[in-house]
Amino acid sequence: MLHRFANPTRFLRLSAALLPWTAGLTLILLIAGLFLALFGSPADYQQGETVRIMYVHVPAAWMALFCYSCMAGASAVGLIWKHPLADMAAKATAPIGTCFTFLALVTGSLWGKPMWGAWWVWDARLTSVLILFFLYLGYMALHNAFDDPTRGARSAAILALVGFVNVPIIKFSVDWWNTLHQPSSVVKAGGPAIHPSMLTPLLLMGLAFTTYYLWVLLLRLRAEIVAGKVRAVRLRRAHG
Amino acid sequence: MDPITSFFHMGGYGAYVWPSFVITLVVLGALFANSLSFLRAGETALKELQDEDVATEDEASDEA
Amino acid sequence: MKRKHRRLTFVFLGFLLVATAAALVLTAFEDNIVFFHSPTDVVEKKLPPDRRMRIGGLVEEGSVEKNVGEARVTFRITDLANTVKVTYRGLLPDLFREGQGVVAEGRLRDGIFHADEVLAKHDENYMPPEVADALKKSGKWKHLEEALGDAGPLKGETRK
Repeated sequence: MLHRFANPTRFLRLSAALLPWTAGLTLILLIAGLFLALFGSPADYQQGETVRIMYVHVPAAWMALFCYSCMAGASAVGLIWKHPLADMAAKATAPIGTCFTFLALVTGSLWGKPMWGAWWVWDARLTSVLILFFLYLGYMALHNAFDDPTRGARSAAILALVGFVNVPIIKFSVDWWNTLHQPSSVVKAGGPAIHPSMLTPLLLMGLAFTTYYLWVLLLRLRAEIVAGKVRAVRLRRAHG
Repeated sequence: MDPITSFFHMGGYGAYVWPSFVITLVVLGALFANSLSFLRAGETALKELQDEDVATEDEASDEA
Repeated sequence: MKRKHRRLTFVFLGFLLVATAAALVLTAFEDNIVFFHSPTDVVEKKLPPDRRMRIGGLVEEGSVEKNVGEARVTFRITDLANTVKVTYRGLLPDLFREGQGVVAEGRLRDGIFHADEVLAKHDENYMPPEVADALKKSGKWKHLEEALGDAGPLKGETRK
């Protein structure tokens, strides 16, 4: 079953059919989410208008963790079952996760300055997310550090798996230690602590970022497959 | 303040709210553009290589 | 098939090892990872005076006194068990309010905490002002806080 989808040629056909759907869905969700985030939602009783930063900050932070989990999962599959497509999926996810982590850090900083009174603090949540950012950078650097792409993929996959311990640390940092960062509002016992008028744009933006990830992942996977073919043809030529 | 000015003012937090949204759209847009050009570059290179293959095969058959 | 199983066990055991190591390190350095101490920590742990540290808790209701001429502000940080008096000169963040979470950084001298930086701590509740007003008016505010979170911003501070 897995092998059917792991076949690059079949994947190229499947992804060609999926691409327009992911693109359309992303644009619709993004426009709806941005409209509600900027026009169709109220200011917060404490934070005022800065609450709108949350509509990009929180989904970006979710995606930073989600992308890393996908990358680690794909790395494990690539390492254990040697699926070439799994290795490519992990490699294609890394730059997307890096961008989301960067956005979570920058927008968080833009919220922190007026609300906390500081651009940055070294509390457990912020520090562990910064480590996540460096893990992504390290993964990409390691992938490109070897002449032999399979060796690069293997070393990077091991780094991705080792770094996965950071994911639960980020998630629970606000519960395990006292931090300046507030605890989770959406995923918590007793239901979300966010008014529905604010939860809707948040979830819409979250969905938009998820379909964006799928869209760009499909594009980058296709690009990786094509690049692999180019490499194979060149190699065949070099060796006659 | 008219509604448009007050919208951009964001209750005094415009300098924080707007950069957040702008940088998000810029980064996501740039990543998409980069991914697309990565794919296009690969496709062009592959096509060139295949065209060369066809050309060399033709040459080979001419010589024979 | 056998090689796959060996790789699977290897990855699984390796990850378990790394996770255990991370847990041990984090437990060992717990005191350095916490961002602030509670007023109860200050009283009970007898933290050395004159050492730079952060104290966090709620700004006690009615304790904020602003000296406009000196731009100095004094308030008390409470974790509902103990309180610490804080004096601070400088700009306060926009979220600084009585009854809201706060973290002050500075030194303890003669029982008074001299802060050189004050950060506001936000809780995890988000709602429009009208909803907050309506809840306060109908007297459901306390009830809501209990329903929404384990005492909101206090959660981190009182946890031992």
